[in-house]
Amino acid sequence: MEVRVANVRKEFERFPALHDVSLDIKSGELIALLGPSGSGKTTLLRLIAGLERPTKGKIFFGEEDASQKSIQQRNVGFVFQHYALFRHMTVADNIGFGLKVRHGPSRPSAQEIRRRASELLDLVQLSGLEKRYPAQLSGGQRQRVALARAMAIEPAVLLLDEPFGALDAQVRRELRRWLRDIHDATGHTTVFVTHDQEEALELADRVVVMSQGSIEQVGTADEIYDTPNSPFVYGFIGESSALPVNVEDGQVWIADRPIGLSAPQAPRGEATLFFRPHDVDLVDECNGCIAGTVAASRRVAGTRRVELEIGGERQRVEIELPVDHPAAQKSRVAFRPRRWKLFPAA
Amino acid sequence: MTTAPAKAGWRFRQPSVIPGFGLTLGFSLAYLTLIILIPLSGLIWRSAALGWADFWAIATDRRTINALEISFGTAFIAAMVNVVFGTIVAWVLVRYNFPGRRIVDAMVDLPFALPTAVAGIALTTLYAPSGWLGSLLAPLGIKVAYTPLGIVIALIFIGLPFVVRTVQPIMEEIDKEVEEVAATLGANRFQTIARVLLPGLAPAIVTGFALAFARGVGEYGSVIFIAGNLPYKSEIAPLLIVIRLEEYNYAAATAIAAIMLALSFVMLLVINLVQTWSRKRYG
Repeated sequence: MEVRVANVRKEFERFPALHDVSLDIKSGELIALLGPSGSGKTTLLRLIAGLERPTKGKIFFGEEDASQKSIQQRNVGFVFQHYALFRHMTVADNIGFGLKVRHGPSRPSAQEIRRRASELLDLVQLSGLEKRYPAQLSGGQRQRVALARAMAIEPAVLLLDEPFGALDAQVRRELRRWLRDIHDATGHTTVFVTHDQEEALELADRVVVMSQGSIEQVGTADEIYDTPNSPFVYGFIGESSALPVNVEDGQVWIADRPIGLSAPQAPRGEATLFFRPHDVDLVDECNGCIAGTVAASRRVAGTRRVELEIGGERQRVEIELPVDHPAAQKSRVAFRPRRWKLFPAA
Repeated sequence: MTTAPAKAGWRFRQPSVIPGFGLTLGFSLAYLTLIILIPLSGLIWRSAALGWADFWAIATDRRTINALEISFGTAFIAAMVNVVFGTIVAWVLVRYNFPGRRIVDAMVDLPFALPTAVAGIALTTLYAPSGWLGSLLAPLGIKVAYTPLGIVIALIFIGLPFVVRTVQPIMEEIDKEVEEVAATLGANRFQTIARVLLPGLAPAIVTGFALAFARGVGEYGSVIFIAGNLPYKSEIAPLLIVIRLEEYNYAAATAIAAIMLALSFVMLLVINLVQTWSRKRYG
């Protein structure tokens, strides 16, 4: 089902957690809310679920205004970071809970509920564990049960709050791939919250980057990574280096020297230059480049990271070099960013 | 103790990184022997001196049976009442913030601290036919003071903190997310409480019940003032023991005590087994 968040504002005791957020989620989409702690991503998720009420604005499920509905009526599947399984119920009872609490004709028979539970257990690859209690399962298994329980009610939207946050790295990667498969198989509209950008970029159809209660950018992994639209997104997603520069006559200057980048569109004055450490060209003779003294150099997997001090103010930036590149031995390195972006200084 | 024979069905716990097992176990056993086991075996010893026929005569005496029925019956009812209201009190204290919450919280412990005789006299004054509450109830034909109902009220007063204090910490640990998940799955408030919250609290509630019940069975001070102490009607077993003692009938006193001891032990054992069973299930 489509979900539309329209101009939602949320305050907790006068403290604003979300400012005027709008977001359209397409039916069947897998979307990630990504941001640092305190960016409001979990608040937004809880507002969609109905666990919180917006101070202002509305949330639509399809054409219906869901803000008027109670949590029970919204029919959302919610999965918490710490599973929130019912400890005193078996796995099968946990999964069947949402069907068992229904009233009247919409409640399936006990047999049907059992059948549905074991079907979902097959889907989450935990067949045969119906009779176990949550205490007898590993973290990854518990999260699968929690997901099966959320899917049992055929939710309009599936909402996952840091679903892999409590698991160790290997299980995380495994479950990530598995969640993608499940999503492709079932087609539930799914929103998940994460602070792990790798997870968001790898898993989601679209990523919503949030910061300080606002949406910074919405886009596919490629859009977010290749064309960040704000200094925050540039800094938050992937590795980046930033340098304070000046724009004069359509040229980018550091201190009193142009660095060979032309920016005819950019407004004059102070700005910040962003580039990715791996997106640089080394140059030998420096007429129009960034040059700096090597302050530190460290090996990172297949490449070498070199930290340079630039100019009189000794601004530090990082660039990436091939491991066997001779420049890594030098004390002075000159380079020019291949891809870069300027943001006017605030 | 590390060389326990391998063929034995059970073994002493193997020494771990945490030392002191031998010392603490030895101390615990010595302490329990001194404080609990020796006095209790003395009790059994004295009543055994009575001989089986005499013991049986005392045990099946109408007055003894009635006193035991009243003691265990009223303690059971009072503990049940406390389970319901104690859980509600704990809920209010844990879940809501209201002015004076800390004072109410402290008040719960008063029955612990108050001399039981004071409680008994206060309750009697209130519930006597001429008292504040008694005079209101009298026209309705409800007599509280000097009846088993009065005993139940005294035992409710005495037992309340046991339930509140055992349930409260477990309730504080309830994860809010569990309730939220139940709501998103479509459970209404009543279903969430009945199917999700209460089963999780059950072990603590059973413990609270056991403590309140045990305390009620043994309660003496507050009850004798409000009970009226009519033999066969509102005479509790502990009082009967005191009466026998005052008659220098030590054998009869110890016999009744031994019966109470056995009954209490069996009931607490059953409650303990129920708890072990539920703990095993819920991990």
